[in-house]
Amino acid sequence: MSDVLSLATQNLLSPMVLFFALGLLAALAKSDLVVPEAIAKGLALYLMMAIGFKGGAQVAASGVSARMVATILSGIALSLLIPCLAFLLLRLTSRLSAIDAAATAAHYGSISIVTFIASTQALQSMGLDYEGYLVAVAAGMEAPAILVALLIARRYSDCAGDEPLGRMLREVAGNSSVVMLIGAFIIGWITGARGYEMIKPFIGDLFLGVLCLFLLDMGLIAGRGLREGRRQLSAPVILFGLYMPLVSAALTLPVCWLLGLSTGGSTLLLTLAASASYIAVPAAMRLALPEANASIYLTLSLGITFPFNLTLGIPTYVWIARSVIGS
Amino acid sequence: MEMHAKKRVEIVVEAPLLNRLLGILDDANVSGYTVLPAIAGRGHHGSWSREGLATDAGRMVVVVLIVSPDAAPGLMTAIRPLITRQIAIVSVSDVQVIRGERF
Repeated sequence: MSDVLSLATQNLLSPMVLFFALGLLAALAKSDLVVPEAIAKGLALYLMMAIGFKGGAQVAASGVSARMVATILSGIALSLLIPCLAFLLLRLTSRLSAIDAAATAAHYGSISIVTFIASTQALQSMGLDYEGYLVAVAAGMEAPAILVALLIARRYSDCAGDEPLGRMLREVAGNSSVVMLIGAFIIGWITGARGYEMIKPFIGDLFLGVLCLFLLDMGLIAGRGLREGRRQLSAPVILFGLYMPLVSAALTLPVCWLLGLSTGGSTLLLTLAASASYIAVPAAMRLALPEANASIYLTLSLGITFPFNLTLGIPTYVWIARSVIGS
Repeated sequence: MEMHAKKRVEIVVEAPLLNRLLGILDDANVSGYTVLPAIAGRGHHGSWSREGLATDAGRMVVVVLIVSPDAAPGLMTAIRPLITRQIAIVSVSDVQVIRGERF
C-alpha cells in the first residue's frame, strides 16, 4: 500500500500534473489564461510526432515480433469489448438514454493519446522501459469503439442507421493525430537509432516542457468543460467516469500477462484501455449520433476521467503492473 | 453599372460536418465558396465558443457561396439530408453582383 501511495505522490508532484492542476484551477477561477488554439494544435502535433518517432525507433531496434502483432490485435479486441461493457454499466447504473449511453461508451472504448503520453513520461521518470510498438497499438485502438457504439445505437434508434460505417472509420483513421502518430512511427522505424539521434534535441530534450504546456491547456479545457457541463452529469454518471477506467484496466490485466508484456508495456496497455477519447470520438459522434448530448460525454471524458487517469490512474496502473507482472 | 441578380447561400454548420458539406458543394459544381470560422454564439443547444475546446465537436463554421437563382433549389435539396439531424442554419438571400458570369 505504501508503494502505491509513494507512486501516487511522485506522480502528483510531477511538473506535468502540477501544470495540469494550474490550468484546471485557472479555468475554475475564471482566469483569462488561454493557450491560443493554433499553438495548442501545434503542441499536439509535436507530441504525436515525438511519441510516434520514439516508438518507431524502438521497434527498429527490437524488430517485429509475433508479440507485437498479438498486442495490436489484442488492443483492437479490447476496444471492441470495452464499449459493450461501458454501455451495459451505464444503462444499469444511470438514467442515460440508450443513445447517450452508446455515445459515451464509444469514448471509453477509444483512447486518449495524451494520457498515453503522460504515462510514458511517468514510466521514464521511474526508469521503466516499454515496448515501442505500443504506439501502434494506441493508433489501432482509436476507431473500433466508434463502430461498436454505432451498432449498439442502431438497435435503439432508426436515425443511427443512416451513417455509413466504412466512411466513418475512414474519417477517424484520417484525423490529424492518427496520421501524425502513425506517420512519425513509420519514419522512426525506417530511420532507427540514427534518425532518433539526428532529431533528439527537438523530440527528446524539449518533450517534457512541451508536454507541461500542453497539459496546462488541457487543464484549462477540462476546467471550462467542468464549469459549464457539470450540471449535465448525475452522480451515477460521474461515478462511472471514475470506476470505468479501473474496470477496463482490470479487464486488460490478464491480456498483458498472457501477451508477456514488460511492466512498462503492461502499464501502457492498461492506460490505453482505461483512457477515454475526447478528440476523435466526440467529432465522430457529432457526425453519426448528433442526437446524443455532447455535454455529457465531453464533460465526463475530459472533466472527470482524464484528470483521474492523469493524477491517480497512472500510478495505480504502474502499481498493478509492478505487482502482477513483476518489476 | 449593370448588376446581376444572384442567390447568396449562407450555411452555419458544425465543424465536423464541414468536409462532407464541401464534398456536396464540389459535386454540385458550384463556382466557389468561402469558409469562415465562427467565434462564439448561442442557439437551441445553448452557448458555444471555439475557445477552450480539445476537439472539433462544439466548433461551428460558416460557408458562404453565391449561385445563380436557377441553381439554388437543387443545391438546397442536395444539402438537406446532411443537416436533417445536425446543428445547422441555412439561409438564402437575394443579392446583386457585378460580375454575373462568375456564378
